[in-house]
Amino acid sequence: MIEFKNVVKQYPNGTIGLNNINLNIKEGEFVVIVGLSGAGKSTLLRSINRLHDISSGEILVDGKSITRANGKQLRRIRRDIGMIFQSFNLVKRATVLRNVLSGRVGYHSTFSTMFGYFPKEDHDIALDALTRVNIREKAYIRADQLSGGQQQRVSIARALAQKPKVILADEPVASLDPLTTRQVMDDLQRINRELKITTIVNLHFIDLAREYATRIIGLRAGEVVFDGPVSEATDAKFSEIYGRPINEDELLAADAPKGGVTV
Amino acid sequence: MTPAPTPEAAASGAPTPPPSKKPAPTIDSKGLQRYKMLATWIIFIGVLVVCFVGVDADFMALFSDGARQNMGRILGEMMRPDWSYASHIWKPMVETVQIAIAGTIIGAVLAVPVALLCAVNIMPKKIVSIPARMVLNLVRTVPDLLFAAIFVAVFGIGAFAGMLALVFFSFGLVAKLTYEAIEAIDPGPLEAMTASGANKIQLIVFGVIPQALPYFFSYVLYTFEVNVRAAAVLGFVGAGGIGLHLDQQLNSLRYDRASTIIVITLVIVLLIDYASTYLRRKLL
Amino acid sequence: MNPTDPSKSRSALIRNWIVGAGIIVLFIWSLSSLQFDGIQEYGKQVMLSIWDGFTHPDWGYVYMSEGEDLLRGLLETLIISILGTFISAFLCIPFAFWASQNMSRLGIVSGSGKFVLTVIRVFPEIIMAILFIVAVGPGAFAGVLALGVHSIGMLAKLYSETIEAVDNGPREALVSSGASKLQVLRFAVLPQVIPQFISYALYRFEINIRSATVLGLVGAGGIGTPLIFALQTRNWSRVGIILLGIVILVIIIDLISGWLRRRII
Repeated sequence: MIEFKNVVKQYPNGTIGLNNINLNIKEGEFVVIVGLSGAGKSTLLRSINRLHDISSGEILVDGKSITRANGKQLRRIRRDIGMIFQSFNLVKRATVLRNVLSGRVGYHSTFSTMFGYFPKEDHDIALDALTRVNIREKAYIRADQLSGGQQQRVSIARALAQKPKVILADEPVASLDPLTTRQVMDDLQRINRELKITTIVNLHFIDLAREYATRIIGLRAGEVVFDGPVSEATDAKFSEIYGRPINEDELLAADAPKGGVTV
Repeated sequence: MTPAPTPEAAASGAPTPPPSKKPAPTIDSKGLQRYKMLATWIIFIGVLVVCFVGVDADFMALFSDGARQNMGRILGEMMRPDWSYASHIWKPMVETVQIAIAGTIIGAVLAVPVALLCAVNIMPKKIVSIPARMVLNLVRTVPDLLFAAIFVAVFGIGAFAGMLALVFFSFGLVAKLTYEAIEAIDPGPLEAMTASGANKIQLIVFGVIPQALPYFFSYVLYTFEVNVRAAAVLGFVGAGGIGLHLDQQLNSLRYDRASTIIVITLVIVLLIDYASTYLRRKLL
Repeated sequence: MNPTDPSKSRSALIRNWIVGAGIIVLFIWSLSSLQFDGIQEYGKQVMLSIWDGFTHPDWGYVYMSEGEDLLRGLLETLIISILGTFISAFLCIPFAFWASQNMSRLGIVSGSGKFVLTVIRVFPEIIMAILFIVAVGPGAFAGVLALGVHSIGMLAKLYSETIEAVDNGPREALVSSGASKLQVLRFAVLPQVIPQFISYALYRFEINIRSATVLGLVGAGGIGTPLIFALQTRNWSRVGIILLGIVILVIIIDLISGWLRRRII
């Protein structure tokens, strides 16, 4: 589904963002990328839909090279990749439905969308996407009236409205509290299972990674230092990825009130 | 969740019944929104059409041969300013700045007591602050050039009428900005002083003025910027300054000289703007 | 306010005295060349006749079945400011994008845009009105054009500040969903800025209604024309009623516009 071939990202100031990455992510996988901040998680994710350009190498999405794609081709590939952001990235003063509908623009010509009109099928798709994340009833409310967790679900619905083959989520729960974190992660997992959408998530919390992922990729200083199923991602492995013992704040359970949750 | 429910939110959100029963109210609110949008657009376009008809707006006239020739001729002459005329305009230019300075300072001084009367944290008695504000709002409805036209009719042609116009205008502007600044000051020191037995005058001198003074000076400078621009055109109604000469040159169709005046005025206005903005940034 | 270092406080004190003295000198200088004579000649009598005119406004002028009356003049003033604001609210959009730092990579682009806007802003609308009168003849249309062009200076500046403050998140989201540049503008930028744009346009409308009352002084339509005639003929009761009309019109417009602005934001 997604193939990284010798991908290198070097910033203009010489820093290496990604160092010779080779990965092959298969259809329907729920991949969680872990690593310290600055390890290149976000760069890796954003290079998949070319929000960041890479310096050399090639990335294939569904067999097509996004690295070489241009203009229309690039937009056509991006249309198949939904993205979810840490800060939701909604138009706050627009209604929930308008936000979700904006995920449909890739399917229409620039001219026909300029008037802001969407055909009925698009409305149905958007409402269906909202139903999937259980906020159908908020469709006509302004986005800024919703809580953080609800806003993140709207942005999931927006990604779903694209009818994507892949969903990228860049720290989707970093600005949420533990309870809504689980709701959002549950939504992502359900969508991954029900719609067979390949999902790649950057996460800070390693217990969440273990709980939801089917495959974990560990990054350290722009290199893949771990790639395997959850069963192999032991505490010792995580210490290796992080280059030090696991901290309390890297566990979601540590943030939550004292309960029975153990890692 | 953030509060402040819109009508739509209130219609759909309050009791939170199970999601399956939800569609009905949201469809309603959608319909309502749509009608509101439609009505707004119809009213808006209707007003515009009435206006365009009412004013005989003939955009073709703007691009007609006559208009093109006129504009072309004027702009052509303006492109070649008569720099030899520049020596004649320094004196009226200085007068323009003088009008602005005098008008600003007198207006600002008069504004201080009124601003104090308007600020509710100094003058809690509504019987004083509300009429004071009404007077202020009344003064602020009249544009500077209108004041000038009136004062020219009363006191005759000359710079005095212009200065008086700017006095009134500055008074309104400075007083409003200042009383808003006074109302925004930190109440802590005032409370401390009241607690230690200070009277009203002491309160103002030691509690209010130190906090509000930088803002006041900043607003005065800003008003001065506005006044310099205003003073440049006061002459069109006979209230002195460079505008009088500009009017004369425009009336005698000397667009090359008019252009000289406009360019020099713009440069001086821009210089004063930049200097004043710099000073204001240092103040605050 | 209470520095411990006495020399510092003394230098601050000296500086304040110098600034104060400078302002006073400036003030005296500014009064020096202003002509004050001629005021006494008129004296009490003029004042009394003005007072008389203002306290007995010419109510008959409010509405006359034909001819130029107060209501028609005020209506024309209103129309001039509505159209002038409307025109500039659209004309200024390209200028606003030109002057916005986050819309172009080169600083020179936005810098030059900002400079052009400053020049438009300080170019007085009265002069613009006179120039348009030459082009399209005296009347309300010249006033509309003058306000329309002059307002660009301020509106485009406010608009560009709004554009510079947009949240980049939605843009990123739209780009990632495969939107074209125009689609990003339409669905991520415009929804964020339009309410603010409308609010600024209304604010400018409040300013323009005041400006429109004086455009008539140079022949660009509106209530200013009958006002200048009344002033020149010293018809104080008519001046009184016209001023009253202007004040009421401006207050009503301020109230309506303020209410609309609160609803939009």
